[in-house]
Amino acid sequence: MAATVTFEHVTKRYPGSAASRPGAVEDLSIEVPAGKVCVLVGPSGCGKTTSLKMVNRLIEPTSGRILIGGEDIASREVTDLRRSIGYVIQQVGLFPHQTIGENIATVPRLLGWDADRRRERVDALITLVGLDPAVHGDRFPAQLSGGERQRVGVARALAADPPVMLMDEPFGAVDPIVRERLQNEFLRLQADLAKTILFVTHDIDEAIKMGDLVAVMEVGGKLAQFGTPDEILANPASDFVARFVGADRGLKRLALTRVESLDLRPAVTARVGDDSGEARRRIVADPFEFLLLVDAANRPIGWIGQRQVPASGALTESMASAMSPLLDGKTTLKDALAMLIDAEVQVGIVVDGKGAVQGLVTADEITAYGRRDASASGAPGGAMASLR
Amino acid sequence: MEFFGQVVAWFLDPAHWTGSNGVPWRVGEHLVMSGLAVLIGVAIAIPAGLAIGHTGRGEQISTAVAGLGRAVPSYALLILFVPLFGLGFSSALPALILLAIPPILVNTVAGIRDVDADTVEAGRGMGMTEREVLVDVELPAALPAIALGLRTSAVQVVATATLVALVAGGGLGRYIVDGFALRQDDRLFAGALLVAVLAVGTDRAFSWAQSRLEHRAGRPARDAFGPPAVAGGMPT
Amino acid sequence: MIRWDVIQGNLPLIGTKFLEHLALTVVAVVGGLVISGIAVVLIRDRPRIVALVTGFFSIVYTIPSLALLAFLVPLTHLSFATAEIALVGYTLFILTRNLLAGLASVPRDALEAADGMGYGRTRRLWQVEVPLALPLIVAGIRIATVTTIGLVMVTALIGFGGLGQVMLRGYNFRNDTLVLVGFVLTVALGLLADLGLGWLGRAITPWSRARAG
Ligand SMILES: Nc1ncnc2c1ncn2[C@@H]1O[C@H](COP(=O)(O)OP(=O)(O)O)[C@@H](O)[C@H]1O
Ligand SMILES: [Mg+2]
Repeated sequence: MAATVTFEHVTKRYPGSAASRPGAVEDLSIEVPAGKVCVLVGPSGCGKTTSLKMVNRLIEPTSGRILIGGEDIASREVTDLRRSIGYVIQQVGLFPHQTIGENIATVPRLLGWDADRRRERVDALITLVGLDPAVHGDRFPAQLSGGERQRVGVARALAADPPVMLMDEPFGAVDPIVRERLQNEFLRLQADLAKTILFVTHDIDEAIKMGDLVAVMEVGGKLAQFGTPDEILANPASDFVARFVGADRGLKRLALTRVESLDLRPAVTARVGDDSGEARRRIVADPFEFLLLVDAANRPIGWIGQRQVPASGALTESMASAMSPLLDGKTTLKDALAMLIDAEVQVGIVVDGKGAVQGLVTADEITAYGRRDASASGAPGGAMASLR
Repeated sequence: MEFFGQVVAWFLDPAHWTGSNGVPWRVGEHLVMSGLAVLIGVAIAIPAGLAIGHTGRGEQISTAVAGLGRAVPSYALLILFVPLFGLGFSSALPALILLAIPPILVNTVAGIRDVDADTVEAGRGMGMTEREVLVDVELPAALPAIALGLRTSAVQVVATATLVALVAGGGLGRYIVDGFALRQDDRLFAGALLVAVLAVGTDRAFSWAQSRLEHRAGRPARDAFGPPAVAGGMPT
Repeated sequence: MIRWDVIQGNLPLIGTKFLEHLALTVVAVVGGLVISGIAVVLIRDRPRIVALVTGFFSIVYTIPSLALLAFLVPLTHLSFATAEIALVGYTLFILTRNLLAGLASVPRDALEAADGMGYGRTRRLWQVEVPLALPLIVAGIRIATVTTIGLVMVTALIGFGGLGQVMLRGYNFRNDTLVLVGFVLTVALGLLADLGLGWLGRAITPWSRARAG
C-alpha cells in the first residue's frame, strides 16, 4: 500500500521575512512515485524540514499544492491526513510518560482500534523493528538506548500501516555504527513494505545509500537537482551539486553499482588434465597474458602465465602460480576495486553461487565506469537495484 | 526545662482536647479553611494555566500574577480584606484563595511550556487534535510541575491560615494569638508546635506526591514561582 | 474611603514606620548574607553537612512566621532580637541555596585556569568564583529581600513590624485609610525592591547579559 506524492510549485515564505529575500522553500516541484524512497538532502537551513512538514500540514505552504495519490491534501481534514502519514523525527519525540507499547499504539488508539487489535499490532511492530515485545513493550522511553528509541519511533510511525512516511533526519542523533545498522535494517524493511517515503538528511552518503530518488536542495529553498543517486553522482547539474556530492563522487558512484551490471570480459580457461599445447595456442591468441586453470566444476584454481604453459603434456594444479580475488555479482564496484588494488593479478574473477567462473573484470574497467556518465552506462538506478 | 514541662502538661490536659477551643476542633478548622481555599484555587488556576500554557496566549497575565503573588504579603492581604469582607472566615477565605492561585497557575503554565517541543510536534504530526495533545501529551508531562505548584500553594495557605486568628478567625493560630494576649507561654509554644508540625507535614506529604510524579516522569520539576535555585515558594 | 486628612495627620508615624520597615529588612538580609556566606564557605566541600544544614534551614523556612515568633518569645521575649532572629532565619534557606547553586554554576575550566595561573584559595574565591556566581547570588538577595519586606509586617505582633504597625493600628481603630496606606506602601516597597535588585543584578554582571542576548 503506497501512494504517489507530488509537489506542484510549492513555495513557503515565513511571515516576517522580507518579500525580496528567498523563502524557506521556493517553487518546489517533484513527484515521488508510489513505493519509492525520495531523499531530500542539502545543507542546514535549505528548507528540507519545511518541505517535509508541508506534507502533513504542520506547515501550510504559501503557494502551490501537494497531492497524495492525486488528491490535494488541502482538501483533507488535517487530523485524518496526519493519521494516514507516518512521521519520524530526529529527536524521536516519544511520549516519556507512556510505555513503548503505548507509544506505538498512539495512532491506532486515535483511530479507535480495539485493545486486542492494538496489542497484536504493537507486538508485531516491536518484533519487526528488531526488539522483543516481552522485554521492551512495557519499558519507558528513558529506559532505552538511543538506537532503540529510534526503532520505536519507526515502529510508531508504521503503526497504522500508512501509505506515506515522512522521516526527518531519523538517524541523525545516533552514533555512526548504530546509524549504519539502522540504515541497513530500514532498507531491509522497506524492501518488503514498499512505502512512499520522504526522507530528510544533510548527509550526502546517507542520501545516496537510502534513496531511490534524491532531491538536492540549496539554501534559499531551491531544488538544485532531482534524480536517481547514480544520475546525480554521474552528472551533477551545477557546481553547487558537484561540490555538495564531493570530489570523490566517482568513488561514491562505484559504491552504488554492483559487478553484475558490468559487461564481463570472458576468461580463457582450461581444466586440470587438458592438453597444454591446445591451451597455449588459445592464450597466446588472447591479448590477456594469463590462463585461468579451473577444476572439473569450472571453479577457479589459479593463474598460469602464458610463458609458463608447457608446449605439450597435461595441465596440472601445481602449474598455477597466482590467484585473484573472487567476486560475485552482488559485490559493489567500490569493494571490488579495493580488493583488486591489493591483489597480485589485478583482475577480479567473477563467480556464480556455486563458485563457477562467469567472467573477469579489471581494475581499469571499474575506474573507467566511475568516470562514465549515467546516460551512457545503461545501468539501472543503483540504489533501486540494491533494494530488490 | 521547667518550661518544657509546662508545655507537655498543656498537651496532657484533657480540657485542651475537647470543645470548640480543643486541639481536634482547631486542627479541623485549620484544615477545612486551608483545604477549601486550595481546592477553589486549583479549580481556577489549573484550567487557566492549561489554557495559557497550551495556547501561549496570556503569558503576561501569569507573569503579573507571579510578581504580585511574591510581592503582596499575606498578612497585608488578610488585614486589607477585613474592611471589605468583615472579620474572620469571610475575609480569610478570599485572601487564602488569592494566595493559593499564583504558585499553581505559574507552575502549570511553566510545566506546559516546558514540555519538549518535539514531543508535542510528534503528537500533532500523528494527527492528535489540540485537545488530545493537551490531555494526552502535555498534561501528563506537566504533572510534576503542577504538583510542585500545588505543594507550594498548600504550604503557603496552611501557614497563612495561622494568621487568620489575627482577624478574629479560628484555626491553630488562635492558640498563638491568645497566648500572646494572655501572656501564656505554654499555650503560645504548644500552638506554635502544632502549627509547625502541620506546615512541615503538609510540605512533606505534597513533596512525597511530587517526587512520585517526578520519578515517573524521570526528571525533577523546575519551580517557576519560587526563587531561582530554591524550591518551596515563599514563607508566610 | 481614603481620607487625606488622616494621612496628613499620621505622616510622621507613616514615615517612621516606613524607615523602620527598611531598617528591619536591611539588617535581616545583610545578617542573613553574612551568616549564610560564612556557612557556605565552611561547609561547601562536605555534601553531607550541606544536606544537613540546608535541610534544617528548609524546615525553618516552612514554619509559619507567627509560629516562629511564638517559639522565640519565651526565650528572647518581645525584643528586637526576636524579630531579627526570625527574619534572618527565613533568609538563610534562600541565600544558602543560591550561594551554593551560584558557586556550583562556575564553569570547571574557569577554576582550572585560575589554579593553573597560581591563584590561592582565597583569591580564587573572591576574584573568580564570587564574580561568576554573582547572577545567582543577586537573584537570591533579591528574593530574600522581597520576602523579608512581607515578613517584617508580622513582627508587628511583638511591637515592631514597620508598615505592619500602620496596618495593625488601622485595623484596631477601624481606620481603613491607615490599612490601605500600609498595604499600598508595603506592596510598592516589595515591587520596587524586586525591580531595583533585578536591575542591579543585570548591571553588575554584563557578561551574563551578553550570553542571554
Ligand atoms: N518557524 C519559522 N519561522 C521563520 N523562519 C523559519 C521557521 N522555520 C524555519 N525557518 C527558516 O526557514 C529556512 C529553512 O528551514 P528548515 O526547513 O528548517 O531547514 P533544514 O531542515 O533544511 O535545515 C531556514 O532559513 C530557517 O531559518
Ligand atoms: Mg531540518
